[in-house]
Amino acid sequence: MTTLKSCVWKLGADIDTDALAPGAYMKHGIDVIAQHCLEAVRSDFANKVRPGDVLVAGPNFGIGSSREQAAGVLVYLGIKAVVAPSFSGLFFRNAFNLGLLLLTCAKAEQIKEAEVVTILPNAIERADGELLPCQPIPDFLMNMVQAGGLMNVLKLRSQGKLNA
Amino acid sequence: MNLTPSTDATMPQTLAQKLIARAAGKKHVAVGDLVTCKVDLAMFHDSSGPRRLKPMLDELGAKIWDPSKVVLVMDHYVPAQDADAKRIVQIARDTAKEWKLPNVIDSEGICHVVLPERGHLHPGMMCVGGDSHSPTGGAFATYMFGIGATEMLGVVVTGEIWVQVPKTLRMLWSGRLHQGVCAKDMMLHMIGRFGMNGGQYQAVEFAGDAVMALGMQERMTLSNMSAELGAQVGLIAADDVTSAYLQSVGVKQKDLQYAIDWYGDQDAESEDFHFDASNLSPQVAAPHSPANTKPVVDFTNIPFDVAYIGACTGAKLEDLRAAAHVLRGQKIAKGIRLMVAPASARDQAQAEREGVMQILRDAGAQVLANSCGACAGYGATFEDNATIISSTARNFKGRMGPASVQVYLASPWTVAASALRGRISDVRELL
Repeated sequence: MTTLKSCVWKLGADIDTDALAPGAYMKHGIDVIAQHCLEAVRSDFANKVRPGDVLVAGPNFGIGSSREQAAGVLVYLGIKAVVAPSFSGLFFRNAFNLGLLLLTCAKAEQIKEAEVVTILPNAIERADGELLPCQPIPDFLMNMVQAGGLMNVLKLRSQGKLNA
Repeated sequence: MNLTPSTDATMPQTLAQKLIARAAGKKHVAVGDLVTCKVDLAMFHDSSGPRRLKPMLDELGAKIWDPSKVVLVMDHYVPAQDADAKRIVQIARDTAKEWKLPNVIDSEGICHVVLPERGHLHPGMMCVGGDSHSPTGGAFATYMFGIGATEMLGVVVTGEIWVQVPKTLRMLWSGRLHQGVCAKDMMLHMIGRFGMNGGQYQAVEFAGDAVMALGMQERMTLSNMSAELGAQVGLIAADDVTSAYLQSVGVKQKDLQYAIDWYGDQDAESEDFHFDASNLSPQVAAPHSPANTKPVVDFTNIPFDVAYIGACTGAKLEDLRAAAHVLRGQKIAKGIRLMVAPASARDQAQAEREGVMQILRDAGAQVLANSCGACAGYGATFEDNATIISSTARNFKGRMGPASVQVYLASPWTVAASALRGRISDVRELL
């Protein structure tokens, strides 16, 4: 895993899948949905976010629908990781299936807007060097992130390059 | 399909553990175990299904592992409102033919309602659905949960899914509900108490005499809104009510042989919460979260523009009957609209036979198609600044229309009573 520094976008609690991927745009492709990502809570987000940025949110990130476009838009926009004290379980599965790293961090809310942090495998290093521990992630999910998602894992398996 | 639960007197298991153990081919499983389960049924719809799965399946050069275990339901983009919706539905229809899917339910109702209505769910099964309200299947003692499209691709290619064996949170309801108070109120109350992630992606199990006194559709409402509790599944043990329902929809006796054996062992470990149904009043959730629930008295006299009875959560036959009970022989208040989107064609047909639909029309209801409609927010939605009282499951900002739309969630009883008065009302005053 690379340890490039990332700029933080700070969000509140209970960010739901309609905020991430609004229903009205669900008939479109991921490029169109991404333009409307989080517009109900941060209207400048889709325009100003940069690849490699991270989202830091309050508890219950990703609650709501099973629509994986809610994770897909964040991958499309180049978000490196989402850090929150807790996630919706359904969103958690979807994110890893699409290769998006989620870090469950009890102290996530201490991180500040626009702070520059470093994402480590099981921790976040803050701008002042403080380490915030994150819950460990099972190996098979970490491998999924590194492969770029379940689709790539299935491809590798069908090519015999990966054991089932 | 062998749907016999394994029993081991030395290792008491919750219903969730028994269901996972069977699907994983084990005698028992422990909380926290990561296991691979064989999938007995995979359901997806026009939005989450073919339009997402087909390109990925083609790219892999793979085939559906077992088309007989797949059910495709067209319910999100029907009836098609525009060219994009038409295209999405056409992809579903074309793909169904190409994949030779034997089970396709097209424009006849919402997936979570038509699935049991067509006899697809049998106690003991491991099922996944390409929709977050898939825990509805838990009402039939199936381990059914929602997954995204890419994970569904994994299922249809391999026939398997991973599960981390959850803890069980038991919601034990005793006592008797008052007339006009129903499963929807029970769920809103629990979501208000525990919050939208209170289920921690564990197994919720609904039990107690107040739960077992409910009919299957009311039980489905409990399991359905386990999604809003943030649980992976919302299970209810199978009993004679379950068996009778399944027989009535044509499930063969041989498939129901072990149905009522699907329950959790009494001494299995669970975290228990107790509720008294006889003390429950009608509940309302304020915008923009189901967790903003309080008793209806905190909201009475709030005016609104539209009363909406729809969705898998709130427009099944039992919901339509509840609304008709309140509206019989009366007209809705001037200046508001009442919209009713029955959850399935069969439920609507039965409601027609019983005179329920006529009561609703006579009261002034506009009857809409048997689909997800405004609840999903994918097609027709509400206009700017509209205030809605709705029997649906979610009132997130921007879900049912522009961010300015305010949605209050309530039971079909409460929505109907409110439609009569033109303001949010306590249905008990009208019964």
